[in-house]
Amino acid sequence: MPAETNQTLVRAQDLRKRYGDFEAVRGVDFEIQRGEAFGFLGANGAGKSTTMRMIGCVSEPTGGEIEVFGLDPRRDGTAIRGRLGVVPQDNTLDNMLTVFENLTVYAGYFGIKRREAKARAAELLEFVQLSGRSDDKVDDLSGGMQRRLAIARSLINRPDLVLLDEPTTGLDPQARHLVWERLFQLKQQGVSILLTTHYMDEAEQLCDRLVVMDEGRIIAAGSPRELIDTYVTKEVVELRFNGLHTTDLAEIASGLGGVGAQIEPLPDRILVYTDDGDDTSAALEVRDVRPSSVLARRATLEDVFLRLTGRALAEDEA
Amino acid sequence: MSVIAYSVARASLSRSGSMLARNWVAMRRAWVLVLSGGIESLLFLFAFGFGVGALVGDITLPGGAEISYTAFVAPAILANAAMMGTLLETSINVFAKFKWMKVYDGILNTPMRPWDVALGEVWWALIRGGIYVGMFVVTMAAFGLVDSWWAVLAVPACVFISLAFAGLGLTLATLFRDWPDFDWMMAVVFAMFLFGGTFTPVESYPGFAQPLVYVMPLYHGIELVRGLSLGDLSPMMLLNVAYLTALAAAGTWIAQRRLSSALYK
Repeated sequence: MPAETNQTLVRAQDLRKRYGDFEAVRGVDFEIQRGEAFGFLGANGAGKSTTMRMIGCVSEPTGGEIEVFGLDPRRDGTAIRGRLGVVPQDNTLDNMLTVFENLTVYAGYFGIKRREAKARAAELLEFVQLSGRSDDKVDDLSGGMQRRLAIARSLINRPDLVLLDEPTTGLDPQARHLVWERLFQLKQQGVSILLTTHYMDEAEQLCDRLVVMDEGRIIAAGSPRELIDTYVTKEVVELRFNGLHTTDLAEIASGLGGVGAQIEPLPDRILVYTDDGDDTSAALEVRDVRPSSVLARRATLEDVFLRLTGRALAEDEA
Repeated sequence: MSVIAYSVARASLSRSGSMLARNWVAMRRAWVLVLSGGIESLLFLFAFGFGVGALVGDITLPGGAEISYTAFVAPAILANAAMMGTLLETSINVFAKFKWMKVYDGILNTPMRPWDVALGEVWWALIRGGIYVGMFVVTMAAFGLVDSWWAVLAVPACVFISLAFAGLGLTLATLFRDWPDFDWMMAVVFAMFLFGGTFTPVESYPGFAQPLVYVMPLYHGIELVRGLSLGDLSPMMLLNVAYLTALAAAGTWIAQRRLSSALYK
């Protein structure tokens, strides 16, 4: 038995990854416990996937310490990978094989016997609602189906921890919800999940605990509720001004001093952080700023992210 | 320790075996494609052996023995079949799986290591080469071109050729950047086929050209297979075997290093 006295699945200390002159991960610390759904939240290029790859033993750290299941990825990669389930960003399904073969052949890589592999494959296809597509080629599946197949494949070895790299990026809303449902079910079955995402709603719905990454560093950590409580107010009032330029917004924002707890002008709207949205909306009316729309809502992780990084995620989208 | 070494070796073999199993499943529906490679060599045998052979008649070997030209050329074409089967399998197919289909990216998320992938691809290439060799030997025997019981050993000799070119093909697959590189490879392969001692004894080449031929891996394969199928043994064959084995080991080792550095980034 590996030295797993406690329930910590992954432990990283000052973990770093450098590519030539570029340091993608600049010293991150985190611990992932058994049974937890843990998230890496951040824009593209924040270092999420690189960190994920180091946990998955397919990328060697250039500094710091990392332990997975109490083992050292540099030495015990084979043993660690045998207990992980991985859903890569681009699926990496085998498009020379059918849907069913993708599962049974993959099971072979884990040394799972054929009979057992077939039984598990059938069961998992049922779970991701692809039973009817068993004999189809992978290329004939939609993006959402391919992602579900990749999720099924990652479960073939009954992993102790499932790594999902941006599980719903590029999927249409319906496909996203199907994936979320499956992940939520996994969570309920007690499977430990580690996912990266740049969707705040995804992180909020699925993660028990998460870290926010920016430019290779962890800039905040906690449960979604904790992060909201710590970094932003309970509510947010969004002011939109149709037809006004970004520079006008900045000017209006600078004239709003004293309203709410903090004012954040964005290119398309002004956010007013406050503990009481109705009070603040009333106070704004007195100010005579005449927004085209006022929306008072609960603060979300997205607000946390905007506060922490000082910029909208959309800017980083390719 | 030896118990551990045994279980490590067994696990490692079963891992490369699962790579082999993957290729088997993937090609199960495309056997015609696999067989077509063997037919090409048979066409060469008919064209050069029987076509040109009928014109040339018998030739005298440097050793003094006199044999039919068809019996001289056939083992060389057999060696060529063993080469092509494995080289095409490992270079083009592995390149496609590596660069285009990203098959290995998914596989390396499992306990499989680049070493297991490389070995699995070598086993598979050996099977494919073996099928071509088998088709060819049966045809040679049917046309009375197998003169000696030593010819039975031509089959394992072809395994050495297959091994060598599997290693070489794997290395090329990891070095090549795009499809045009394969045109260069095919040019070199064709040059080896034409000048590696296939159609005339190397001793008949001008002196300056002979060292070039000795470097060609196919030459060593041809020497080995021809010597065995004609029952004309010489100690030089050990050197041929050593050369081919070294090429196989070096090629496979370089390939798994290249796979590691490309996929473990």
